Amino acid sequence: MQGERILHSFPEQPVLPREGAINLVLNGDNASVHDGLRVLMAKPSVAGLTEDTRGSLEIILAEVLNNVVEHAYRDGPGPIRIYISRRPDQLVVSVYDQGAPMPDLQMPKGELAPLDPDDLPEGGFGWFLIRTLTQDLSYERLDNRNHLRFSVPVQSLNVVDIDAD
Amino acid sequence: MYSKDMVDYLLICVPSDRIDAAGAVHFKDTMRELTQTAHARVVLDLSTVAFLDSSGLGAVVVAMKALGPGRKLELSGLTPTVEKVFRLTRMDSIFTIHASLPEGLRNAG
Repeated sequence: MQGERILHSFPEQPVLPREGAINLVLNGDNASVHDGLRVLMAKPSVAGLTEDTRGSLEIILAEVLNNVVEHAYRDGPGPIRIYISRRPDQLVVSVYDQGAPMPDLQMPKGELAPLDPDDLPEGGFGWFLIRTLTQDLSYERLDNRNHLRFSVPVQSLNVVDIDAD
Repeated sequence: MYSKDMVDYLLICVPSDRIDAAGAVHFKDTMRELTQTAHARVVLDLSTVAFLDSSGLGAVVVAMKALGPGRKLELSGLTPTVEKVFRLTRMDSIFTIHASLPEGLRNAG
């Protein structure tokens, strides 16, 4: 399986397995993010969500991981750990990296620039999408690590096959 | 990616199921090559693309700008998550978006 090479444990942070939880470590480069999202979205506990929730989760994670690659690891890639735990009405997601802190230890505001048809923006959508689609978004810098945490509302859990994970 | 001359417009198909940060540069380069034609209308068929991130969205915007004045990039067949990205960023107000390719073009590929 193509994605397996990027899957390994985060040795200094063992996580007790929990039902339906996802714990994935990947390298902070664009190709690994591309492969890693495929692996993650195929996990049974995610695959069983509604298409709308899956779409939101994939958009959020892609933007968060792209930002880590582009900014935190701008001087060279390092590990990114994604931990997703299940609650009845939401997914709680943590993303850790060991790269550079966010400027002023603040998340960007992520406001959408006005769309001038004659001068359309080619970027700057990432944080807008993250802030629009997440709830309870928080950022902390601790022990030289970045920790982004957020939740994603879940519409339906009764079709999820947790045992298959 | 490949293109087909539909006389009235140029049709571009994307066989990849993702346009993301890992593929955005390749997408932009290929779009630039494929659109070196005289067509005023270019239709990008996204019906096979299940996922597009903000890098992919930026690449589509760059491709539209690269066409220059008097030429238009239209989109066709947005899948639900791709449609969501265009809708949330309000880019759906910028592009002409077709639900599917007009009858007679379905076998164009």
